[in-house]
Amino acid sequence: MTSLNTSSLFLLALRHRNLVLGGILSAIIIMLALISLIWTPHSPYELDVANKLKPPSSSHWLGTDHFGRDVASLIMVGAQNTLLVGFVAVGIGMSAGVFLGLWASARRGWIEELIMRLSDFTFAFPAILSAIMITAIFGPGVVNSILAIGIYNIPVFARVTRGSANAIWAREFVLAARAAGKGRIRITLEHILPNILSVIIVQATIFFAIAILAEASLSYLGLGTQPPHPSWGRMLNEAQTFFYLSPYLALFPGLFIVLSVLGFNMLGDGLRDWLDPRLSRSRLSGYAQ
Amino acid sequence: MILFIAKRFTTFIATLFGASVVVFLMLEILPGDPAYAILGVDADLSAYQALRKELGLDQPALHRYINWIFGVLTGDFGVSYTYSVPVSELIVERLALTVPLAVLAMGMTVIVAIGLGLYAAAHHNKVGDWGVMVFSQLGIAVPNFWFGILLILLFSVYLGWFSSGGFPGWAAGVCPALKALLLPAVALATVQAAILARVTRSSVLETIGEDYVRTARAKGLTRAATLWRHVLRNALIPVVTIMGLQFANLLAGTIVIENVFFLPGLGRLVFQAIANRDLIVVKDVVLMLAAMVIVVNFVVDVAYAIIDPRLRRYDA
Repeated sequence: MTSLNTSSLFLLALRHRNLVLGGILSAIIIMLALISLIWTPHSPYELDVANKLKPPSSSHWLGTDHFGRDVASLIMVGAQNTLLVGFVAVGIGMSAGVFLGLWASARRGWIEELIMRLSDFTFAFPAILSAIMITAIFGPGVVNSILAIGIYNIPVFARVTRGSANAIWAREFVLAARAAGKGRIRITLEHILPNILSVIIVQATIFFAIAILAEASLSYLGLGTQPPHPSWGRMLNEAQTFFYLSPYLALFPGLFIVLSVLGFNMLGDGLRDWLDPRLSRSRLSGYAQ
Repeated sequence: MILFIAKRFTTFIATLFGASVVVFLMLEILPGDPAYAILGVDADLSAYQALRKELGLDQPALHRYINWIFGVLTGDFGVSYTYSVPVSELIVERLALTVPLAVLAMGMTVIVAIGLGLYAAAHHNKVGDWGVMVFSQLGIAVPNFWFGILLILLFSVYLGWFSSGGFPGWAAGVCPALKALLLPAVALATVQAAILARVTRSSVLETIGEDYVRTARAKGLTRAATLWRHVLRNALIPVVTIMGLQFANLLAGTIVIENVFFLPGLGRLVFQAIANRDLIVVKDVVLMLAAMVIVVNFVVDVAYAIIDPRLRRYDA
């Protein structure tokens, strides 16, 4: 019985390998961030110039940077930052975008036209350009980079929500609810939102990965997280100065960015295949923006 | 067709106008006074006021917007506060790097992605298909600036084949200039190719299953001829959509990549102008980048109609 359960679990995992692998990778990154709240191999803020630019060793698993700080500890604390930006930026984009998308779909007419034209219009400003403009105006820093990425996500979520919601509004059970005298707000909350939740969850996972990439780019340019707080993007910027002395410094932060993005992407893919296989192509358009 | 293009052109003009208003309004709230940025905070009040007048900063916002747009339309982009040269000269000089870089990267993206996408679709569920999917999944996850750093590490630091950055200029010859753009273009293209290869693959797979493809094969057309004549053209519609968005992304991506490779392009110019509070350069360059994105989207819309005549009828 146990072996049957194990083999069926294995088959299930194989069928949903994206979900399982993505879940494991994402969990590792989340665990790293959580563990770093209570423990890191060394203090990420402790300078030890005598031991600067050391290669990986038993005392410093991933080596030390140009200030002698432990790279493994910096990466662990950097994970907190990455996840914070991802969660809050996607939260901002999702809450405002889903609201606007549902409103556009429920009201139709000029409100829908206005919201959709405004969201079309934001595509003239690719994510990184908008983020650079916003952080340039309000100054560099983690809060402004979160706002910049979050604001850019709003029209994307609005479009996805409105598209999916419009399809549900055309369904017969919604017509029945209208005939029963339910108002637009009640129909939206009771029928539309629960039916498009899977689409929104999948988009949120994918945009979480995109937010990680955007934050890394902004931090690399010096517009994101500011010192002394560790950030993977800024670690890569600093590593570029020490290419010839310590090439490995440019490897580890990048690898962790790739693992996080890969993890959340695969989780998004897996959730999509599990929740709604019809969405298989739409996810990629997010990366092209 | 004319009606379709006219409708798209109206949207194109409206979007351009909207973009100019947003750029102007956003930079209106940019902290820091350009007059103080030029003269320094200890500047004499009369000199400060005279400079504000000279720069037109004492005029109402609407007046400044109209003056700015009229200037842009007539080719007068104003004078950079930092470089003291006409912004149009700066933009033309920097465009000579950014446009070839984006076009080179886009060319690489299209060739690699369509090739890999077609290959994967033709070898569906085989090792080749699996390999392309792994490349795509990894490629999407790699930040282009990190990939650029890795390329420098391998080809400049270890192998010494390329310089680790900088641009000799087109005056130094086409070959040295292209050589300097090659690694940045590869860094930009790899990530985009990973996305486009996946879109091409799924679009081709969808089209291959259509009845008319089976009919073409039943008529005796070879596999290659069917793929080329019937599958590719129909499968190209979603591919062109993504390509349009990607070109916009490539232009924006140049801002980061130009910083990785220390290339004096439009992206690096806007970045330095923001740091120097050179408002007029920021406004012009951001508008220029947004306008390029809007133009590309317009061209993509028209390209749809050429590839798929059905869209003209439905959309016009």
